[in-house]
Amino acid sequence: MMKNITLGQYYPVDSWVHRLDPRTKILLTIAMIVAVFMVHSLVGYAIVLGFIYLSARMSKIPFRMLVKGVKALRFILILTFLMNLFFSSGETLLVEWGVIRITQEGLSQAIHYSLRLVFLVMGTSLMTLTTSPIALSDGIELLLSPLKKIHFPAHELAMMMSIALRFIPTLMEEADKIMKAQMARGADFESGNLLARAKAMVPLLVPLFVSAFRRAGDLAMAMESRCYHGGENRTRLRVLRITRNDWIAAACVAALIALIVLEGWAVPVVTAAVKGLIA
Amino acid sequence: MPIEVKNLTHTYSQGSAFQSTAIRDVNLTIEDGEFVCIVGHTGSGKSTLVQHLNGLLKPTSGLILVDGEDMNGEKVDKRRIRQNVGLVFQYPEYQLFEETVVKDIAFGPRNQGLSAEETDRRVRAAMAHVHLDYDKYAERSPFELSGGQMRRVAIAGVLAMEPKYLILDEPTAGLDPKGRDRILGMIQDLHREGNTTVVMVSHSMDDCARLATRMIVMSKGTVVASDTPRAVFSQPEMMHSVGLGVPEAAQLCAQLRARGVDLPDDLYTQEELHEHLLRLWKGGAKA
Repeated sequence: MMKNITLGQYYPVDSWVHRLDPRTKILLTIAMIVAVFMVHSLVGYAIVLGFIYLSARMSKIPFRMLVKGVKALRFILILTFLMNLFFSSGETLLVEWGVIRITQEGLSQAIHYSLRLVFLVMGTSLMTLTTSPIALSDGIELLLSPLKKIHFPAHELAMMMSIALRFIPTLMEEADKIMKAQMARGADFESGNLLARAKAMVPLLVPLFVSAFRRAGDLAMAMESRCYHGGENRTRLRVLRITRNDWIAAACVAALIALIVLEGWAVPVVTAAVKGLIA
Repeated sequence: MPIEVKNLTHTYSQGSAFQSTAIRDVNLTIEDGEFVCIVGHTGSGKSTLVQHLNGLLKPTSGLILVDGEDMNGEKVDKRRIRQNVGLVFQYPEYQLFEETVVKDIAFGPRNQGLSAEETDRRVRAAMAHVHLDYDKYAERSPFELSGGQMRRVAIAGVLAMEPKYLILDEPTAGLDPKGRDRILGMIQDLHREGNTTVVMVSHSMDDCARLATRMIVMSKGTVVASDTPRAVFSQPEMMHSVGLGVPEAAQLCAQLRARGVDLPDDLYTQEELHEHLLRLWKGGAKA
């Protein structure tokens, strides 16, 4: 029932991108998002799209997985588009119909914002699809560890995150099971109005919470009995190392940023120059 | 009227990277009044099969006929069929949710749209079936009961719907021997007294030996045997080949026979073995 959420779902294949250090992937994803916000022309977006497409190919992830992730957010996308279309100020009027005013500036802003959102989702999905949740939280912990000096609970945060991620599929399975068990007793989750449906959720949610608490207790017990006491002096099973490949990946993203900057700055200059020459 | 399963195949997550076929081309009939035990190694498709029997899973291909009616037909009300085919899941105590035992057991009958009186009658009857004292437990919260009691409440919740077919998926998993005997005794009573047809998924060959009128042996998603316990347990090689064993009594009997004790080769329950050994011993004492 909840099978089409790609965000935060690891796609287990072996590829060059999968093997990159999670820290590299996190930082480069952030860099790529920044780059997306520097784009001001459709050619620039085409470059970003090309880059994401190539990265997906290199990660052996079907491009449609990324498209699916965007599809899941279609309502937010449409909302962003419409909000910007109707409510931004601008001078060049395109359509005026009663209170509705669509301007040239509004239209271009709407296109920009929704495209940025699309690439933002694609970029982050690419990271979560190629990085296992465990590696991801390891990476976050290491990236945040300098903040431990000011008593920021980096380890605890990462541990909570990995536990939460670890239990999402378990809870989904559990929810599916309880739902079936209640359906076997004649429960109806599908029909009725909003209130009836909300009420129908009680037989699902109560057992789900009960079992989540039970699991939490069991897990805490299991961790304590294995002498877990926070992050101090813990060593890692997988030690993260920055390799040559990480530098290559960084160079690729740097090239992307350079290309976008160049395109944003050079294309107008060049066109102006060409125009000047012709004139 | 029986439950008929025809050419049933089920594939999970079809079309994705995680696609897997749990059962393929299963054919079987469960006749009225039978006590069928389904056995098989973990992952052999038992749970997938029983979830089809009351329409919780939809076949990838194939038919399931309950009382001659195609359960997945266009205009069939699945809720009506689910009342006929009661399914008790593994660890059913994890589905309890109401404030009191009575309310939880009444959940099924309430969903059936029965009157308050009828619901009350059924709740009382169901509690009597599972040996829970009405006056003592009716108003208690199900969450403060012991594991075995919670399981009995959960089973009562299905019995209160008064199904014609009762399907139980490993009803004794995780219980102590006493709790196990109590639940099995209860199921046996239901089968004997009422005209309830029982289908039970089990891992215990001894339980099957004691209770089943027929056994269905599954392996890797297919039915490899469907016969009386006596016939099934007389093929220990087949049982071993699908990762299962034979009851302890049958094992002991085989070992005794190997040492030259004169016993028939199709003994499989403790009672039978006991009787034969006693007869031999008495005969020996006489001679």
